Amino acid sequence: MARFKTVEHTADIGIEVEADNLEELFEGAALGMLSIIVDPSSDIGRGIEVEVSLEAGDIEGLLFEWLNELLFIMDARGVLLSVFQVDGINDLHLEATVRGERIRQGEDRLMTEVKAATFHQLVVEKRGTWFARVIFDV
Amino acid sequence: MRLMIEGLKRISEYKWEMPVGFKEGMRVPGTVFANEELIEAASRDRALEQVANVAMLPGIVSASMAMPDIHWGYGFPIGGVAAFGRDGVVSPGGVGFDISCGVRLVRSDLREEDVRPGLRDLLAVMAADIPRGLGMGGKIDAPQRLLRKVFTGGARAVIELGYGREGDLEHTEKRGVYEGTDPDRVSKRVYERGGNQLGTLGSGNHFVEVQVVEELFLPDVAGAFGLEEGQVTVMIHSGSRGAGHQVCTDYLKVMDRVVNRLGMELPDRQLACAPLDSPEAADYMAALACAANYALANRQALMHWVRRSFERHFSSPEETLGMDLVYDVSHNTARMETHLVDGEPTSLCVHRKGATASFPPGHPELPPAYSKIGQPVIIPGDMGTASYVLVGAETAMRESFGSTCHGAGRTMSRSKARKSIRGRELRERLEAEGILVMAGKDSLLAEEAPEAYKDVSRVVNVCEGAGLSRKVARLRPMAVLKG
Repeated sequence: MARFKTVEHTADIGIEVEADNLEELFEGAALGMLSIIVDPSSDIGRGIEVEVSLEAGDIEGLLFEWLNELLFIMDARGVLLSVFQVDGINDLHLEATVRGERIRQGEDRLMTEVKAATFHQLVVEKRGTWFARVIFDV
Repeated sequence: MRLMIEGLKRISEYKWEMPVGFKEGMRVPGTVFANEELIEAASRDRALEQVANVAMLPGIVSASMAMPDIHWGYGFPIGGVAAFGRDGVVSPGGVGFDISCGVRLVRSDLREEDVRPGLRDLLAVMAADIPRGLGMGGKIDAPQRLLRKVFTGGARAVIELGYGREGDLEHTEKRGVYEGTDPDRVSKRVYERGGNQLGTLGSGNHFVEVQVVEELFLPDVAGAFGLEEGQVTVMIHSGSRGAGHQVCTDYLKVMDRVVNRLGMELPDRQLACAPLDSPEAADYMAALACAANYALANRQALMHWVRRSFERHFSSPEETLGMDLVYDVSHNTARMETHLVDGEPTSLCVHRKGATASFPPGHPELPPAYSKIGQPVIIPGDMGTASYVLVGAETAMRESFGSTCHGAGRTMSRSKARKSIRGRELRERLEAEGILVMAGKDSLLAEEAPEAYKDVSRVVNVCEGAGLSRKVARLRPMAVLKG
């Protein structure tokens, strides 16, 4: 199980995530980002399923791609995501299945608009366990 | 006692120099416009280091600058200004995700006493008319064909659909249209995100605010802007929405590859950039102009609904209410501009991230109505105190590539604000002070509490002291519709 916490930044907000393996780290980062966007007490359905397949030139780049991909699914496709299952990360290629439900007009579960995951202070590294830090533009 | 900030040299009352040795790799010095209090605030987080990081970018001209509302951003500091010559770069991180985020100010012939009695109803009408908040689609369905028109035609594209008057363009930066666009340089994803968000306010620090002109500092200039004491104005703060965010995300990846290919060493990956003469830079500048046009069209449509709300509330056409646009300015931009470098007119790519153009009288970008007066600079403050109208100053052309501040600047993180301030109490406190606030959630209101921001009056005073702009009018909030 990944553990995440939000970190302070004057204008924006970040997350730090720890996990035993890369897949869980990426899942944890997604949950961390979701905790900024959505009221934590919310109940979100999982009726819509989206397959995600991504690649990047390095592992930080892959995390950047992953989180921005999820923001795109939510913003452009109008899906409020709740379940993030990373099926595998191999050779900087990620396969995942994410689930959620349609965002409703006048939605009251949404708290903060995350515009994007940034490259600023972006870290993915193995420190015994895996660690990641991401700063978001909110 | 004189304040010492380690590594900085005080040049004058409102100007601090960061010598090239402040951080290894700086190509030019840094310049921070601030008084003692504001420089001390900037030194508390990593904003000054970000000024130094920007000074390391290739081809930066003169200095890496920061306006008095500087605070820690990602990549560039918020309040950062940097200009690049022919051998320089363009950086999407130097503009930010909310491309061309900005402010427009609408005047009216209404007085405070005309609006105060029915203010709560007016706010409710505006709340019903203006799409805002998260997950709210817009009222304009914008299929690809219309989006292409918006990307190339800016505010003009939506005025042609009936959202406003032709005359509004004369009072918008760039006459409402950024040139040099190419709608094929934006991805399919930009079209997808832009499709249902045109004419939406968004959330966070975006707002529509009914205000009253509380004090005039330069009555003649205020008069030329159509402003007088006691008059009601409306300020709109929004940007390019998901379309702009996606343009930035797309081109950060492009620039990241350029950096790797060229073997550039950057102190922060978010500063990813490309040489101005590269095809990637040309593509980004064309896409940036498209997103900037989307932002102009967005604020134009929002203003249209503000006018409709006033029409409905006062049962009178908006023209009769005198609801003319004063000006529209963007504060997240990168634009090619001509500035004097060593006495020679030089074409520069000026990045302003949380900074506003501040052009003096006679500047070629000014519309005829303001050419003898100078550019109106619209500065949103926090919702509890004041906002300002400034005017561009000649000194700004010498000191800051024609730039000044963009707002109050945050001083408290959003999570800290949420923990220390209760939204409902804040709303009640503001109401007791005569400021009605409507927000999606009270908890989110706390993030935007006045105490989370620096004192905007100090910021604009420093800008005036440093010669970057002059104060024209102070506007007091009456009713705030938060995104």
